[in-house]
Amino acid sequence: MSTPRPRLAVWKFSSCDGCQLTLLDCEEDLLPLADRVDVAYFLEASRAAGPGPYDLSLVEGSIAAQADVERIHEIRAQSRALVTIGACATAGGIQALRNGRDLDELLSTVYADPAYIDTLATSTPIAAHVPVDFELRGCPIDKRQLLEVVSAFLAGRKPDIPDHSVCFECKRRGVTCVTVAHGTPCLGPVTQAGCGALCPAFARGCFGCFGPSASPNTRALLPLLHADGLPEHDVVRLYRTFNAEAPAFRDAAGDALSPDEEDRR
Amino acid sequence: MTHRSHRLLSVRSLARVEGEGAMHIRVRDGEVESVKLSIYEPPRFFEALLRGRRYDEPVDITARICGICPVAYQMTACQAVEDACGVTVDGQLAALRRLLYCGEWIESHTLHIYLLHAPDFLGLPDALSLARTDRALVERGLRLKQAGNQIMEVLGGRAVHPVNVRLGGFHRLPEAAELDRLARLLRTARRDAEETVAWTATLDFPDLHVRHALLALRAADSYPLDGGVPTLHGALPDAPALTSFPVGEFERHVVEAQVPHSTALQASADGLRHLTGPLARWRTAADRLPVELRDLGAAAGLGEVCDNPFRSIVIRAIEVLWAVREAQRLLEAYEPPPRPAVPVPPRAGVGHAATEAPRGLLYHRYELAADGTVVTADIVPPTAQNQAAIEADLREFVQQRLHLDDAELTRQCEQAIRNYDPCISCATHFLDLTVERG
Ligand code: SF4
Ligand code: SF4
Repeated sequence: MSTPRPRLAVWKFSSCDGCQLTLLDCEEDLLPLADRVDVAYFLEASRAAGPGPYDLSLVEGSIAAQADVERIHEIRAQSRALVTIGACATAGGIQALRNGRDLDELLSTVYADPAYIDTLATSTPIAAHVPVDFELRGCPIDKRQLLEVVSAFLAGRKPDIPDHSVCFECKRRGVTCVTVAHGTPCLGPVTQAGCGALCPAFARGCFGCFGPSASPNTRALLPLLHADGLPEHDVVRLYRTFNAEAPAFRDAAGDALSPDEEDRR
Repeated sequence: MTHRSHRLLSVRSLARVEGEGAMHIRVRDGEVESVKLSIYEPPRFFEALLRGRRYDEPVDITARICGICPVAYQMTACQAVEDACGVTVDGQLAALRRLLYCGEWIESHTLHIYLLHAPDFLGLPDALSLARTDRALVERGLRLKQAGNQIMEVLGGRAVHPVNVRLGGFHRLPEAAELDRLARLLRTARRDAEETVAWTATLDFPDLHVRHALLALRAADSYPLDGGVPTLHGALPDAPALTSFPVGEFERHVVEAQVPHSTALQASADGLRHLTGPLARWRTAADRLPVELRDLGAAAGLGEVCDNPFRSIVIRAIEVLWAVREAQRLLEAYEPPPRPAVPVPPRAGVGHAATEAPRGLLYHRYELAADGTVVTADIVPPTAQNQAAIEADLREFVQQRLHLDDAELTRQCEQAIRNYDPCISCATHFLDLTVERG
């Protein structure tokens, strides 16, 4: 133990904890990983909360309250590398569906007296506030990808994470295309790989939980989704779920929207 | 020991819990004046965001309320929407759902027992330190947890936010070879679970006796998991059930109210401060367990009623063993159903359901329009129901331990809070401790 082990920190913002849990779900790799790094800050796993600086910070969750804004700046200042994990941290998450809606109305749906609640009108990704070294997609993230990202940063190399679409993974896995074979609406052609084509392997269309792939042609997919029986408002809803604020999905939802649908929102 | 007349203890960020919360305790002239468990995690507005979605979406969307118990959300959402549509899923499809839920109980409880809760009993900051002193123990926990995850992966596709659950059943049925592999894994898991029960029984339990009403589901012929009748017991140890009521009347009995110091709502049952979760399930349904498991509980010091929340770790361990055995039973009796899901045509209506999430009773209600659009949604998670009871426990717990210095008192309070496996992400839809001594 002559050279100090790299210090790892895991942070949470507005989220369901699922992406952090994915780290604890790396069962057989968890203890070997813990041997290689010094887990300096990881509240979900430990009450030891060591001060910075940290070599690698993993950030889960979106910025949804005023206090979050200051906290993420402090974390950035204390971190050599900062990697965001999951759809909340990279695209604002499901809670970004509030963006553009009337906050008072949302609050009064849940709370009798909304005045006490500290919340922002928007849920935004971490990169909207501080520079981010790498964004790992997914709702939740995939554990093999997480281990690759952590190992890469510890080794000082770039993570080997593909940005092509889910379709590639279907082909590689030998999964029959659910759209071609069964006419099932699927966002696979425009969604980033990483899950191992999970939904098509379970006879279901992709609903985009990994967010948009690199330069997705969402326009070209639109007629296919319609042909598979999805009316406009269903296409909009499909894009407006876990990665609603990822620019390519937000734009695609806008493209699919007819003017009277627009009014209903 | 401090003799300052004012004391303020504060845990600013609770560790080893789901989500973010804090605790503030104010002590004045040797009396605990107030205890506030505040959940400061910003609200995520699920109930509001579900309005206008299609009736088959809550199953995927509500899973994102909590990464540790997504299946509880998925199962409750399915049943509540199916209830609104007048459909009941039974037979082997219901058995597969139950198997998936057993996977989550094994995974979530084992995570809590080994990684979140046990380090407290051993005076260690985390399971990684525990692994340095007893690697085999932690490895056993991780192996058992993995068995739960494997069930969730086979049936659901992945352990966090499964993709294979849908209204009416599943998208795809599991293959025989996959189920055979689970059956083999469960043989090891059963041994690990038995050892876990024996080990938790040897832990040193701080003395604390609580008086709360207890609310859990009571099922006709089984320990409660995916259904049953909500049953409320009073605080007195040997009193019969105060009331039981149909799930459809849940909101008439369990009422949520907002408190100024928390983004999570607090609930009460028939005006009583109540608790859900392992203590409540044990009180309500221990007689539904196989006799050997009840005996294991008795040998570990659990009476018919357990009023020491620190012993919930033993109940959890017994519940893991029960879930492993239940999963084995379901696998043995499995015959592939004719199709992966039954149709669930939409109709206008209101549907309710409650199931037992690992940390306590979870309730959903959906009101649907004729085309299946969600008009309103209401979700009462276990942590919202447990919050007031946790605060009350801490008040008594701290009062008995005012001689401790702030650091030790804080440590013990955190342990007391972790007894409840509070899921703060759920409740806001945890812990920063402040003790103000005065
Ligand atoms: S991205 Fe999904 S899984 Fe990850 S924290 Fe957010 S809601 Fe949970
Ligand atoms: S197929 Fe699509 S929706 Fe399914 S897990 Fe993969 S990215 Fe997520």
